[in-house]
Amino acid sequence: MTDIEYVRAADQGSALALVAEDPDAVFLAGGTTELDLALKDQVVHPSRFVDIGRLPLRGVTRDGDRLRVAALTTMEELAADPTVRDRLPFVREALLLGASTQLRNMATIGGNLLQRTRCRYFRDPEVGACNKRDPGSGCAAIAGVARMHAILGAGPSCIALHASDLCVPLVAMDAEVELLDADGTRTVPLTEFYRTPGDRPDKENVLRHGELVTHVRVPLLPEGARSGYVKVRDRTSYEFATTSAGAAIMVEDGTITWAKLGLGGVGTVPWRAWEAESVLVGAPANERTFRAAAEAAIRDPFTVPGTAFKVELAKRTIVRILRTVTT
Amino acid sequence: MSSATTTRSTQVTVELRVNGRSYPVRLDSTTTLLDALRDQLHLTGTKKGCDQGACGACTVLRDGKRIVSCLTLAAQCDGSEITTIEGIAEDGHPHPVQDAFVRHDALQCGYCTSGQVMSAVALLREGRAGSDDDIREFMSGNLCRCAAYPNIVAAIREVADS
Repeated sequence: MTDIEYVRAADQGSALALVAEDPDAVFLAGGTTELDLALKDQVVHPSRFVDIGRLPLRGVTRDGDRLRVAALTTMEELAADPTVRDRLPFVREALLLGASTQLRNMATIGGNLLQRTRCRYFRDPEVGACNKRDPGSGCAAIAGVARMHAILGAGPSCIALHASDLCVPLVAMDAEVELLDADGTRTVPLTEFYRTPGDRPDKENVLRHGELVTHVRVPLLPEGARSGYVKVRDRTSYEFATTSAGAAIMVEDGTITWAKLGLGGVGTVPWRAWEAESVLVGAPANERTFRAAAEAAIRDPFTVPGTAFKVELAKRTIVRILRTVTT
Repeated sequence: MSSATTTRSTQVTVELRVNGRSYPVRLDSTTTLLDALRDQLHLTGTKKGCDQGACGACTVLRDGKRIVSCLTLAAQCDGSEITTIEGIAEDGHPHPVQDAFVRHDALQCGYCTSGQVMSAVALLREGRAGSDDDIREFMSGNLCRCAAYPNIVAAIREVADS
């Protein structure tokens, strides 16, 4: 048996203290990633689970033209929210295309943001070379069987993918993350929350030890905007994305006036396709523009033999979502 | 509300409420709900398939919502109402979903069946049996290696339509 202490936090303050005081303590919410990695794969070794599952950090509130989602809201709860349904439909689509209903009833929004990669080499303790698990040890995926791996933000040190569907529309919409620790709160744009691997694949985001994700703020789609999420995968349901794209767009008189694009299945972090958005805004809403946007989005991929196919697949995924939200 | 012990120990005392009964248990802090149900409460109807959240064989209801019990600590369930396959019969009669599974031969080896049934009971409550495609989509967290899928869909369809 794994020797891990379990403590249920009575309130937010004690939750923060219980993690802060022990460098190996972790927050435990839905558990779908954390328990899998700690108990089953045994590739992370926390000393203590601080269960925050009963803290009053649940629910969705409207704050003007934004939603404020408490971090312990489950994926199913967020997908069922009426404002999400009406004003952020591609967030709902991305949520319902992820995992299974069972897992969506458990997995929280905060946990979804912090989910760890599905890279099989990271998740297999028999594998020695993993810079994410053991900095400086190398990357077995580069020369190994790579398919569900990243081509953007990737490099020789790590090609591990961030597999969230939800984060794709969230980065597109300029969502922000509210963080709390004993020193107070800070708010970080989701696009600046994650770190690409560089030479420190083990440092995945800007979260400090003991800091808690308390809320995610998401701007609502402007009136007249349309959105969609498309997910390409190896089986029809209950599978991670091979590639995916989430787009929100406004078209007036045939010209794109506003565009947001996020990509999944391709990035070491949830990927915001800024360059594609620059191509789209001001251009006519047609196939030529969509292809040019796709070329701009996947301009400088890092591929290995197993992931080279994703370059063209990702471009076609982008063209498809742009076509879908403009017709 | 009762809560798990907070002494520095890797043992916890938990009150599990399962199928309307209360079970005080002392267990290792990392014991999953699945192992607690099977090994301590001897409710072996809930099955261990992948033990990693991928197959759905261990599906139970927690406060009315379907979850996988293999990725849930028993300690996290202190204060929750758990429903397992042993708890869905009504007045000594099998649940309508169980009846329909028998009628439609919705199983071969039967190992995934209690998870399938629990998931189907929840799916019907969620109102997601509108079409066969919906049933397939919202049952996708339950794998059946015997591939009894067409009969599983037919069984759920029948209960939804009745």
